[in-house]
Amino acid sequence: MRPIANTRSASGMPTGLLAVWWVVGSEIVIFGGVLAAYIMGRLTHDAWAIQSANTNTYIGAFNTFVLLTSSLTAVLAHQAAEEGNGKLAAKRLLYTVGGAVLFVCVKSFEWYTEISHGFTITSSPFWSFYYLAAGIHALHVIAGGIIMLVVANKVKKGIDMHHVELIGIYWHFVDLVWIFLFPLLYIAK
Amino acid sequence: MSEDGHHTNYVKIWAILMVLLFVSIIGPEFGIRWLTLFTAFGIACIKAYMVATKFMHIDKMPSFVSYIVVTCLVFMLLFFSAVAPDVMNDTGSNWVKPTWVAGTENDWVTVGGHMEDAGHGAEASHGESH
Repeated sequence: MRPIANTRSASGMPTGLLAVWWVVGSEIVIFGGVLAAYIMGRLTHDAWAIQSANTNTYIGAFNTFVLLTSSLTAVLAHQAAEEGNGKLAAKRLLYTVGGAVLFVCVKSFEWYTEISHGFTITSSPFWSFYYLAAGIHALHVIAGGIIMLVVANKVKKGIDMHHVELIGIYWHFVDLVWIFLFPLLYIAK
Repeated sequence: MSEDGHHTNYVKIWAILMVLLFVSIIGPEFGIRWLTLFTAFGIACIKAYMVATKFMHIDKMPSFVSYIVVTCLVFMLLFFSAVAPDVMNDTGSNWVKPTWVAGTENDWVTVGGHMEDAGHGAEASHGESH
């Protein structure tokens, strides 16, 4: 059997876990940069405050509820995986995927409404940032959902149970980003 | 999951997050600026801390993980502090921001200590797609 590197003595943690945290670190810089740029623009342009009044706080709040609940199902999936229950872990991961799908559907409806009212990506700098930040986040939601489907498919057969924790960490970070996006785009008006 | 074998009550953590979410939505309804800032962003920081510690278990990870996260946060703050003085000021020691950079026609630009409408500035570009 070929040896597979799955530990890192320097950091004292498995390769996959280290890799996910490196991904999280790089995403902090990406999203942090976008949010920092948004904050700079928001603080210096009063017109942005006027434009931000057109976002729907209740839709944003509902999406926050969806993501927080999906984070719960993701961590419960991790708990099941730690207990060796692959089928339960897979089921809970599928609940998390359901949350991702619901989030994207609600976001799609929201954007359809906003675009039909004339608030497009070229309407104003505020809306450019809005679609950029929320769009990059939504892409991460979609990617996370796809990966979770792959992991759920393996875990229900008892294969690579540790991957549940890894995708869980990624998913919680996606939720974390939205926790900051929500007040910036939907509450600070 | 905790090392002493006692399972964290994740549903309880989720319920607390829901309460915090509700408070952050209700806070701005009072129309008090400091209250809005606290309930929106202060509670966001609290929620983020709870997700990071209770769900991601970052406090139980090796310290290398904290180093990664803190380093990346520092780089983000470095970006902000390096760019903000340029972006957020309209004038400096030897420069004045052109109006087409400063903002849209609806924004006011501070030039030489007095305010003027950006739309009537010397370098205002009409029809800018903003």
